[in-house]
Amino acid sequence: MRMMSGAAMVVEALKDVGVTHLFGYPGGAVLDIYDALYAQETIEHVLVRHEQGASHMADGYARATGKTGTVLVTSGPGATNTLTGIATAFMDSIPMVILSGQVPSMHIGEDAFQETDMVGCSRPVVKHSFLVKKATDIPKAIAQAYYIANTGRPGPVVVDLPKDIVNVQDSHPYVFPDDVTMRSYNPTLKGHNKQIKKAVASLLKAKRPVLYVGGGSISCDASDVVTELGEKLGAPVVSTLMGLGAFSSVHKQFIGMLGMHGRLEANKAMHNADCIISLGARFDDRVTNNVDKFCPYADIIHVDIDPASISKIVNAHVPVVGDVKTVVEQILAMLGEHDLSEQENKLSDWWEQINEWRARDCLKYEQGSETIKPQKVIEAVYEHTKGDAYISSDVGQHQMFAALYYPFAKPRRWINSGGLGTMGFGLPAAMGVQFAHPDACSVVITGDGSIQMNIQELSTCLQYNLPVKVISLNNRALGMVRQWQDMNYKGRHSHSYMDSMPDFVKLAEAYGHVGIRVDKLEDLDAAMARCFAEKDRLVFMDIAVDQNEHVYPMQIKYGAMDDMRLSKTERT
Amino acid sequence: MRRIISVLMENAPGSLSRIMGVFSQRGYNVDSLCVAPTSDESLSRLTIITQADNKVTEQITKQVNKLIDVLRVVELTDSAHVERELMLIKVATRNEVARSEVKRNVDIFRARILDVTAQHYTIEITGTSDKLTAFSDVMAQCAEITESARTGVCGLSRGDRALRV
Repeated sequence: MRMMSGAAMVVEALKDVGVTHLFGYPGGAVLDIYDALYAQETIEHVLVRHEQGASHMADGYARATGKTGTVLVTSGPGATNTLTGIATAFMDSIPMVILSGQVPSMHIGEDAFQETDMVGCSRPVVKHSFLVKKATDIPKAIAQAYYIANTGRPGPVVVDLPKDIVNVQDSHPYVFPDDVTMRSYNPTLKGHNKQIKKAVASLLKAKRPVLYVGGGSISCDASDVVTELGEKLGAPVVSTLMGLGAFSSVHKQFIGMLGMHGRLEANKAMHNADCIISLGARFDDRVTNNVDKFCPYADIIHVDIDPASISKIVNAHVPVVGDVKTVVEQILAMLGEHDLSEQENKLSDWWEQINEWRARDCLKYEQGSETIKPQKVIEAVYEHTKGDAYISSDVGQHQMFAALYYPFAKPRRWINSGGLGTMGFGLPAAMGVQFAHPDACSVVITGDGSIQMNIQELSTCLQYNLPVKVISLNNRALGMVRQWQDMNYKGRHSHSYMDSMPDFVKLAEAYGHVGIRVDKLEDLDAAMARCFAEKDRLVFMDIAVDQNEHVYPMQIKYGAMDDMRLSKTERT
Repeated sequence: MRRIISVLMENAPGSLSRIMGVFSQRGYNVDSLCVAPTSDESLSRLTIITQADNKVTEQITKQVNKLIDVLRVVELTDSAHVERELMLIKVATRNEVARSEVKRNVDIFRARILDVTAQHYTIEITGTSDKLTAFSDVMAQCAEITESARTGVCGLSRGDRALRV
């Protein structure tokens, strides 16, 4: 049996669960763990500039790979600074483990220096948490934390480590558990056969079916089977913001993102469908609009690994608890016993109708010859990355433009904070992506508001030579806030504009990177080319875009799914 | 509608706060809560009384069940069950009339006097919540209630149905 200190056990257990990257920031309560990290090379530690950045990096890393992201921070402020990142991961079901230092056990509850009840603070936004009481419990707590984080419906798990149990002086036997299963935690993966049968019957009966694909299809890597199901049925496929890429956005059956800023044809198809199969989506309020008017004609098959998601917002006619991949495989197996040759005929009217909606071309916009439209920038990014980049995004108008105008052909390419809507997420997330895929093109689409919420991480980028491409749509305003103020508050722009904007080019240069400013449409293409030609350096593109542009289509409040504004003057 | 929700969970630090967290985060109410380890010391059993319609009750049971520490959740009001609550109540009995009246009602309600002093009776009574409330009302009429404490309801299903691992 190997003997080692608590700190060494933490590092050893991380190696045993396969951690390769650790995003963190040292401080008093974790100095022992940092000392243990110093003595090894298996795990790459990334020194961030703010703990919130660490949490989003781990999150981006997890989204891009499916592996669990890991954060290491000290007690008190170090721990509380990660809360926004934890909540972000929680809302989007992202596997993450947060190791937080804690004051020595004997001082817990004494309001000691840098003491915070991290387990208590994080409780509403974690899947689970551990306060480790004995050094010998460290390997088991860490093993279970990773097991919980990345099974069932994934989520963040906090492991709080008091300083006295990780001190480097004491020595304890290290035993990594063979078995991490818990009697109280057994996620259901396989759908109930009876429910599968009902789902298949409903799908086969449908004349106007829709596949409604959500983030769950990505978290369990169900892309292939979801695509197969879509193709077998010949049905139109819509995706949530979180599900983009699970079913290729360039596939002819894909009719777009649905919801508040969804495509008209996607929302129309949902509203008029007679059968909707939800694959790892949760009927979020940004999708349904008014729940009472939601999809009145549809039989709803709801596949979700979390029983609590089913019938939470919208009543499911056929609830199926299980992970999307397993359940879709079961459905495919059962479909195999049926003759599907009539499917195409059966759905031809439906497709005719959908193509009519498609023909309205709800994403059209007028570029004009001078001011750059934000949509144009996204299209340019798509062109210059050949549609093959990892696109991280911040939150706001630019996020919606990116989701609508950059088609994602593969899963895990679209990294954004969907549930919590965390401004400041984009840059650190794109960095996490770059750590996971050093040779890939990692782009962050951001805005002048969001980028300033975690801009300090530009410094981390230099330290680790991360050639992230920052595409900032600078409209000198908080665009989405401004849009709502235009629409709902008679254009009273209360605190949604920025009077003093830094010179982002100089700022990027001050951090040791390349900065490019683009003001004119005619310069956009060349600037993009220059940006993406810089393979080894971070490029910050500060692009002046039209301040008055709104994101359309947009659902009309209290309406049905398909009650939408198509432009400032047009509505459905 | 009044619901009785029974929960079997790991008897571990933090488990209870997680369950209460679900109630406060999601805006469910808790009328009463009764919790103690079971015959198997590694487990705790909770009985929660809440007011909720069918949809909310379904969400409560699902959300509580989702917690990692929780093994089983069942709603007892669904089916045949027994439920009991215990109350300790101290009444001031300043004269002979009050003393005999209290004693008479203690007998009628099948309660028990646990402690007697010159000025006070301390009484134990077990039963359904309604019975406890009725007894408390009667006590208020015949004496002055000094203080009282109720345990909250605990309950079990009738017959062979059981909440176990």
